[in-house]
Amino acid sequence: MGKEVRHSIARRAAQEVKPGMIVNLGIGIPTLVADYIENTEVMFHAENGVLGAGPSPAAGKINPLLCNAGGFPITVVSGASYFDSATAFAIIRRGLLDMTILGALEVSETGDLANWIVPGKRIPGIGGAVELAQKAKKVMILMNQLDKAGNSKLVTTCSLPLTAKKCVDMVITEMGVFRITENGFLLEEVFYPYSVEEVKQKTGARLTVGDLLTGDEGGMEDGAERANSCVDEEE
Amino acid sequence: MRETNKVISVQEACKKITSGMTIMLGGFGGVGNPPTIICEMLAAELKNLTVICNDAGFPDIGVGRLVTDKRVVRLIASHIGSNPNAGKQMTNGELEIEFSPQGTLAERIRAGGSGLGGILTDIGIGNDFVENGKQTVEVNGRRYLVETALTAEVSLVYAKKADTYGNLVYDTSARNTNPLVATAGNLTIAEAEEIVEAGELHPEEIVTPGAFVDYVVKSEGVNWTWAWERK
Repeated sequence: MGKEVRHSIARRAAQEVKPGMIVNLGIGIPTLVADYIENTEVMFHAENGVLGAGPSPAAGKINPLLCNAGGFPITVVSGASYFDSATAFAIIRRGLLDMTILGALEVSETGDLANWIVPGKRIPGIGGAVELAQKAKKVMILMNQLDKAGNSKLVTTCSLPLTAKKCVDMVITEMGVFRITENGFLLEEVFYPYSVEEVKQKTGARLTVGDLLTGDEGGMEDGAERANSCVDEEE
Repeated sequence: MRETNKVISVQEACKKITSGMTIMLGGFGGVGNPPTIICEMLAAELKNLTVICNDAGFPDIGVGRLVTDKRVVRLIASHIGSNPNAGKQMTNGELEIEFSPQGTLAERIRAGGSGLGGILTDIGIGNDFVENGKQTVEVNGRRYLVETALTAEVSLVYAKKADTYGNLVYDTSARNTNPLVATAGNLTIAEAEEIVEAGELHPEEIVTPGAFVDYVVKSEGVNWTWAWERK
């Protein structure tokens, strides 16, 4: 996936983050979401023990021990706190995360999430993904529509080992925005240059098209710049 | 018995560790792993270790150095994704790994350090990999996994400041698993950036009470290059 596409997915995801929320960002595209949130009232949570993670520090002002869960140096915003890992996960399990934004390998039409065993690679361990997926009030997934082999990552049933069942609320790919409903995926937005028809073709699960998309949506002809779906966003 | 001055050299401290022991280390992605003690463990030729740590660090960072140098035969961790050497050794049978979800691992350590037998959690219910063979119990109509407590023969932690009684204060996100690990060792050794006299830390600011800490060693600081510095 091209850099621009990754950023446009992140920009769209940022619109879902509201003032006052406590949000945990996963690795990959989710990390980029912070760049598009101007609201300073959002508190970013990091599993290593920070609530109120802020932007990267200026060169020369780095404390190498102050970092996010991915190990990159951060600053903190006013109102931030440090705590141990047990407390970090108490915040998660207690249901205090308003949202977590994660990558995925597969999402099923019932909201099952598979995002930790990459096919054909060694088992990396599940990290904190189970807690986040099971306990955040809202689980938003940012990923490619297709895997490297060209198969839809939106599926009827996950074929990869699950992280958690029935946990995903919303998916954003380079093609559009999907919400999980009792009737499978609900397509709410289609991104240029894709058409509704194309999204339907590239979705391997039950898909209904939302009200917003009737009429003149889609049908863009020029697909030359479309994303090349070749990157798995999960670590 | 109250030992009033717990400060010893790193060489003396590492003599408390012998090959084959179960060692627990504080830290998360290398941040908060005790660099000077790890260096001395490598120099002291300690091996066949069982290591309990949040993760396997990076190949040349923190606990990752013990893994890379094949000093570890068993690892209990939440992930090893940042250290390919751990994955290779796991695949070829040199390293046995037990995975726990990250928050569950933290709680297992906290339980061990709190004198509990384990915890009940619904994290991993419905996840075959996590549930795998574990006992479940029903409490008030809800099903939980029994996750057993973890303790170690020796716990190794990294603090910003220690006083001579072993009271500890940590540095920002290098706190991570350190306060938990400090409680879960039969013997706990704290490496500190700065050592002050007992009384110089305000009781209100102390994160780990000195009761949990047996020895304090002076840190020589981080002696590796962080992953982000290479970019």
